Amino acid sequence: MKNKKHWYDYLWIAELVYFSLGFFNILFAWLGLFMFLIPLVMALAGWDKAYCNRYCGRGQLFALLGGRLGLSHWRNIPAWLRSKGFRYGFLLFFMLMFGNMLHTTWLVFSGTENLKQVVTLLWTFKLPWHWAYGGNATPWMVQFAFGFYSVMMTSTVLGILSLLLWKPRSWCVYCPMGTMTQIICQIKHNEETKQAD
Amino acid sequence: MPKRHAVVIKRECVACGSCQKVCPMGAVRVYKGLYACVEDSKCIGCGRCAKECPASVITLEVRHEE
Repeated sequence: MKNKKHWYDYLWIAELVYFSLGFFNILFAWLGLFMFLIPLVMALAGWDKAYCNRYCGRGQLFALLGGRLGLSHWRNIPAWLRSKGFRYGFLLFFMLMFGNMLHTTWLVFSGTENLKQVVTLLWTFKLPWHWAYGGNATPWMVQFAFGFYSVMMTSTVLGILSLLLWKPRSWCVYCPMGTMTQIICQIKHNEETKQAD
Repeated sequence: MPKRHAVVIKRECVACGSCQKVCPMGAVRVYKGLYACVEDSKCIGCGRCAKECPASVITLEVRHEE
């Protein structure tokens, strides 16, 4: 029996379009905010983890690369990576790095620093990306776009490494958005959460 | 009834829904965004959910006679 395909099963295309657009014009990186806000709004509004379960284009892309294209090794992820300690720790680290990115945006906004046209991978490696911006937009908006695109690229690189090593959607195990939405659900459905223990 | 069925270690489930997507019988659902639940009567023990689960918290177990 084959599962029937729905429109939302093709959202991986949106993910590819997002990265392509950001390659040519960094201001499109702002669109990524939807990928941050929609899961949170859905979790808070009563759709629980419908975003992860149905609509996450990134998860679908990893499933496609690891599954259909056969890039995964299908090994079990190490137990420490799926532990609550690591997942919450990684969420915290990701938030700190996000805060750092917002701080850089603030410094450009306040005129303390100049715009840096680089995409930073894995919070360390700075890639030149100057071709993606040639306009005259407000500098802090451009800086935020570079920062946000860096966050999106970094999580994609981690996701691809994870799918190569383990299973297609291994990134989902420690995805900060997934952890955050699950925490929201756990707080909202406290009684049912206890039943799992 | 098929011999085997899928069992989820709920407290370690990350509720990503990978299992839900691959189940050919629609027997697995993520419950309230907390953990995956298997509807036992629908599960045919094919093991697709267990293979797909990125956290490897689904196992196939022999059904106990009731």
